[in-house]
Amino acid sequence: MSRVLVAMSGGVDSSVAAALVQAEGHEVIGVTMKMWSGPNGEAPTSGCCTVSDTEDARRVAAQLDIPYYVLDYTDRFQTGVIDRFVDDYLHGRTPNPCVECNRTVKFRHLLEQADDFDCDVLVTGHYARIRRVDGRLQLLRGVDQAKDQSYVLSMLGQGQLARTRFPIGEIDKGETRRIAAGLGLRTAGKAESMDICFVTGGDYRRFLRSVAPESERPGPVVDCDGTVLGEHRGVATVTIGQRKGLGLALGEPRHVIDVIPETATVVLGRRHDLAVLGVELEQVTWVDRPLEPGAPIGLQYRAHGEAVEAVMGEAAVEFEAAQYGVAPGQTVAFYVGERVLGSGVISATRKLVGPLATANPR
Amino acid sequence: MASMIYLDHAATTPMRPEVWEAMAPYATDVFGNASGSHGVARRAKNALEEARERVAAVIGARPSEIVFTSGGTESDNLAIKGRAGCGGAIVTTAVEHEAVLGAADHCARHGSPLVLVGVDRSGRVSPDEVAAAMSPNTGVVSVMAVNNETGVIQPVRGIADAVAGRAPVHTDAVQAFATMDLAVDDLGVDLLSLSGHKFGGPKGTGVLYVREGVGLEAVTHGGGQELGRRSGTSNVMGAVGLACAMELAAGDRQRVREVGGAARDAFVAVILDAGVGETTVDIDATITSHAHVRFPGVRNETLLIRLDRLGVAVSVGSACASGAATVSHVLTAMGVPPESARESLRFSFGWTSSVEDGTAAAGLVLEALDGLR
Repeated sequence: MSRVLVAMSGGVDSSVAAALVQAEGHEVIGVTMKMWSGPNGEAPTSGCCTVSDTEDARRVAAQLDIPYYVLDYTDRFQTGVIDRFVDDYLHGRTPNPCVECNRTVKFRHLLEQADDFDCDVLVTGHYARIRRVDGRLQLLRGVDQAKDQSYVLSMLGQGQLARTRFPIGEIDKGETRRIAAGLGLRTAGKAESMDICFVTGGDYRRFLRSVAPESERPGPVVDCDGTVLGEHRGVATVTIGQRKGLGLALGEPRHVIDVIPETATVVLGRRHDLAVLGVELEQVTWVDRPLEPGAPIGLQYRAHGEAVEAVMGEAAVEFEAAQYGVAPGQTVAFYVGERVLGSGVISATRKLVGPLATANPR
Repeated sequence: MASMIYLDHAATTPMRPEVWEAMAPYATDVFGNASGSHGVARRAKNALEEARERVAAVIGARPSEIVFTSGGTESDNLAIKGRAGCGGAIVTTAVEHEAVLGAADHCARHGSPLVLVGVDRSGRVSPDEVAAAMSPNTGVVSVMAVNNETGVIQPVRGIADAVAGRAPVHTDAVQAFATMDLAVDDLGVDLLSLSGHKFGGPKGTGVLYVREGVGLEAVTHGGGQELGRRSGTSNVMGAVGLACAMELAAGDRQRVREVGGAARDAFVAVILDAGVGETTVDIDATITSHAHVRFPGVRNETLLIRLDRLGVAVSVGSACASGAATVSHVLTAMGVPPESARESLRFSFGWTSSVEDGTAAAGLVLEALDGLR
């Protein structure tokens, strides 16, 4: 038996994670990280980590008879996640804030804080699995392929995995709900939260306008050959691959193929102009040992996508087949079968057509 | 958990058993609505008015000057909004309880001029600065008797003298009553807020003293109870419990000051001797029940959680509705940087505390810190 710290969001997954580790006989402490707050410091009433989510977590903890606390993570979340999210969009990149939250908040600060509570292990409600093979730790996709969250955990290394457990990665979502219902947990039938937690109502463009008015800087929309086609409302309000919402009638389908933040220019092209043959990477991390260049891998570049065939290079990856809608700022996860081998963040894309598209260095 | 050392009396304190006994008949037998005319209503009304007389006697007021409320927050709101409703500006301080600050902010957003007076590094408000913040149209001056986080005693009498009758003076005395002798004429105040559960009474009960002749616009409208100053069916059971608790607490003050003060001092001595913490304010400037201690290098929520596991109940002093620790506006007003504010915890002693609680708790604090260093 050991002491474990369970990160409880107020959802069904972390509720059941807490119940499962408690049932194994561990001493459990439940915490909710207060990630952000309203203008007067109040907990949000919509989006994620709302007052009612916190109350759900508190009530589940009370039902399990475990101590429960709300920890103030607003400063750490602001600097580690929100500031970077805004900065990325202002530089024409497409960030993944959930990855950054796991990287800088949950599996750095909270994992460190587990020490302060004399907890050996951090438990979360993620759908992923950890296996020990020959003394080394492997990160695997969750049993429930539809719910698998290994992508947003792909930056974890041996040190973090050694102190982390994902109990519900071993079961599917239906089983999670059945366990919750069987225990009479109030979160058993709770709906999924899919939006970015700090973006109320799912409209990240409105969020950007409110926290970074400079994201509204309008600029030209141009064709591949530089012909000005119109004006947009701000580079942060468009994403690569976007086909609609620019307010332009062009007769044939056009996509955003590039964003040039220095001149606030948005470049449009046809679908084949979006084709990406490979990506250059930064912030590359490995779950265990690095892969040699030339190794075949599966590459996943979206949280709810599938891995595509690729070949590992030097801080770069080549796709076997051209990919569409790949943009700087996105996180990629490297897979071999079920196993996550590592991760990186796209610094630039190698296009089929035209010059190397690159975003500003941050 | 074998036993708990409860050092959060400033948040709430256990009800005295006599209070519970005194209240019980009014939950069942004498259930009448005090505004009614029949027998059971008259008995309820009688109990309510007797409670009012007893409350008035404890603080040297007249019964007609006592308004029963739901607690300290409502009393503060009624004082601030009630005075603002009569017109004029609000003068208060940066270290008030959120009830006063929130009510004042509400009034400011609805057109009442608001002046916030700061405090010095010791957390004290200067009477001269309060007087200087006044204008000919000041409608109320509100300065707390004792700060709820630090325990610092404010010079309410000095402030009342400096105001010199130019505007009604309100004091939030919620934290003060359990240990300080409070008489409205000695303090020189015109409005005074109390909360029942801070001194062994029931939660959901409070008092606003309103000096005769001081105008007050009602905040809650309806049946015109409490002389039109606070409508709503009278909480007779609560008023009886509150009155009982006030008498008991006033009679027990000397002992609570001595025993609680000795416990507090013993606690602080161990912490200082061990060199692990420092008081955020001069302990001689506080009431005997409070010790507000900063533990450099240790986040307050971390120490609170470790102490909870060891069976010591304390408070960060400043928390949001979800329970998460926040940076104290009181310490911020004193010029304490946010990082230091996040290292401060409130230990508060009360009528059930013993000297042994102080030394035992200090030992557990050292134990809790040990694992962190």
